Amino acid sequence: MRYTLTSTLAGAAALALAAGAAFGQDSLSGDLKIFLDTSNPAPRATMEQMIAQFQEQHPDLNIETTIIDREAYKTQIRNFLTANAPDVATWYAANRMKPYVEAGLFEDVSDLWAEPEIADNLASTKGAMTIDGKQWGVPYTYYQWGVYYREDIYDELGLEEPKTWDAFKANCQAILDSGRKCFTIGTKFLWTAGGWFDYLNLRTHGYDFHMALANGEIAWTDERVKQTFANWRELIDMGAYIDNHTAYSWQEALPFMVNGEAAAYLMGNFAVAPLREAGLTDEQLDFYQFPAINPDVELAEDAPTDTFHIPANASNKDAARAFLRFVVSPDVQTRINNGENLGQLPVNAQSSVDDDEFLNQGFEMLSSNSPGGVAQFFDRDFPAEMAKVAMEGFQEFMVKPDNLDRILDRLERTRARIYK
Amino acid sequence: MTQPVLPTTHVAPPAVARSWWRRNQIRLAPWIFLAPGMIFFLFYVIFPIFQSFQISFYQWDGLGEKTFVGLYNYEELYYDDAFYTSLRNNVIWLVLYMLAIPAGLFIALFLNQTVVGIRLYKSLFFFPFVISQVVVGLVFSWFYDPTFGLLNTILGTFGAGPINVLGDERYVTYGIIAAGLWPQTAYCMILYLTGLNAVDPEQIEAGRLDGAKGARMLWYVVLPQLKPATFIAFVVTIIGALRSFDLISIMTNGGPFGESRVLAFYMFEVALSEYGFRYGYGAAIAVVLFLIMMVYITFFLTKMYRDERGR
Repeated sequence: MRYTLTSTLAGAAALALAAGAAFGQDSLSGDLKIFLDTSNPAPRATMEQMIAQFQEQHPDLNIETTIIDREAYKTQIRNFLTANAPDVATWYAANRMKPYVEAGLFEDVSDLWAEPEIADNLASTKGAMTIDGKQWGVPYTYYQWGVYYREDIYDELGLEEPKTWDAFKANCQAILDSGRKCFTIGTKFLWTAGGWFDYLNLRTHGYDFHMALANGEIAWTDERVKQTFANWRELIDMGAYIDNHTAYSWQEALPFMVNGEAAAYLMGNFAVAPLREAGLTDEQLDFYQFPAINPDVELAEDAPTDTFHIPANASNKDAARAFLRFVVSPDVQTRINNGENLGQLPVNAQSSVDDDEFLNQGFEMLSSNSPGGVAQFFDRDFPAEMAKVAMEGFQEFMVKPDNLDRILDRLERTRARIYK
Repeated sequence: MTQPVLPTTHVAPPAVARSWWRRNQIRLAPWIFLAPGMIFFLFYVIFPIFQSFQISFYQWDGLGEKTFVGLYNYEELYYDDAFYTSLRNNVIWLVLYMLAIPAGLFIALFLNQTVVGIRLYKSLFFFPFVISQVVVGLVFSWFYDPTFGLLNTILGTFGAGPINVLGDERYVTYGIIAAGLWPQTAYCMILYLTGLNAVDPEQIEAGRLDGAKGARMLWYVVLPQLKPATFIAFVVTIIGALRSFDLISIMTNGGPFGESRVLAFYMFEVALSEYGFRYGYGAAIAVVLFLIMMVYITFFLTKMYRDERGR
């Protein structure tokens, strides 16, 4: 029974293939299993809508979508990639995909990147998708990081968006004098502190130094690294951050900004949606690029990229490739990244950025004011183990800056172990 | 020749028909009934133990090739501050979790009376144990919240400054243990309540005639009779202390900077969590944890064996 069913299906597939080839269009059939980590309501709806559209274009394809909680996905991925691989799976760019690439669990999709459609329009993210000279997936969205601040508080205190480190600190002092904190942050899950380190290090020593550190070429006990921490310490000693940040997640730190107890938040663009939902209007909320610290260093930014991959054990790779092509196509990119959907930046150069105060500023910043380069994010650029130990060190440093030497020794020992 | 010496031929056919199975049925039946349990125990408990020993000699990210590194993981463990922090926390957990036993006994004695609606009160006291550990963890982390939490609101009315229980490395382990004690006390209470039902009223009466009351009555007459309940309470509390994983994961995720980790959590973190790719190292931690528990289990089993023999 089962055998006949499969053979019928296979026959149908062959027929469809022939028909498709004959008419030069749709030739996809069989099953397409898609695993997504977009479990928040808005991204989830966006993805479902996008997949429904792909389904319409390929009626013979039997698409099966599984949405997994975003945090759980991060630990489940290694199981399903080895044991029960889908045909398409979401993940993150740069070093974050390295363990799976090295274990041979992601399909090499360099052929897609050789097609002019993708090669020309996605050039800006090619680097982030490349390991060992090959590409291992395609991006579907990215977003800027920067300082989101309460415009009304700045206006009340007569402050301007700072362009220099001194202005940045002077602003902070004025905010502290008014009885507020400069920055809200929740370091319970560590990565938020990684964002601060990224920016301070990128501004103090630049993109190339930061990446050299990520690749293990520079000791954590190096004087230059200590300089970055010295800059950070200036803010900590001022009391710039909210108290007790170790007890909060990034979401739990939002109310401090909403209530006006803290004036700003160094965050990714995904913080805008919850801030708006909490009642802040676009008049109260604004964005600025993290200011220069060392004026001789070219500005570089963090812009994490979320990606689609084909697992090496996928069964329907043709359909998966078609899906990847579909996802990065200009129209789809424009639509899924607009304000009503993901509210982020499209990866395709032919797409248009939605008319949103923050997306416009972010796009502007990344395309014209980030000459130094674009990094992914601390835990995506640094190898996973290094990132974990380092971010724990950053959290400790933010609470006990005097422990710096001990923390750096620990990081150095970890570096010696990891990069061999 | 043999024919004449077979007068019982008429009963012989059934004897021949008695198959191997029939002859050994009684001896085999228990093993057959035990087999499913033993097979599962073998494959899911015994086998993984040896597998952990084996993996702990390798460096492995769980995906690619394993490399043999001998005792390197253990050497690494020896120099790892985080390991000693976790070990220390494990000890704190084991010691302080024992408070659940006297607390449970006290509540059980208090509730062991006949008042209208006592069943309702008993159920209410037992309630925390019914709630999932995850919920207990969440409730307590809100209770401890340094800005909005109830604890600091109460402290504030007495003029005491806010305490960031879960964000301060000095208090965090104690804060989580307090949360864990809440359901654990309820568990011990229910064990003692059932135990108290079995206390012999005649002995109480006799004790009373001899002039025992209060603490002396409790110590010399009631407690000895509660020995089985105390034994079970010890076992479940120690198991509970070693199972502290979910509370830690929910309340602090091991933080701040790893100060609230226990060995089980640390093992999970290095091997299986979001950033963990060190299966060998995780296995080494598991082996150490296993050896520590072996000491305890051996002690416990020998004690139990002696008690049984002494009886």
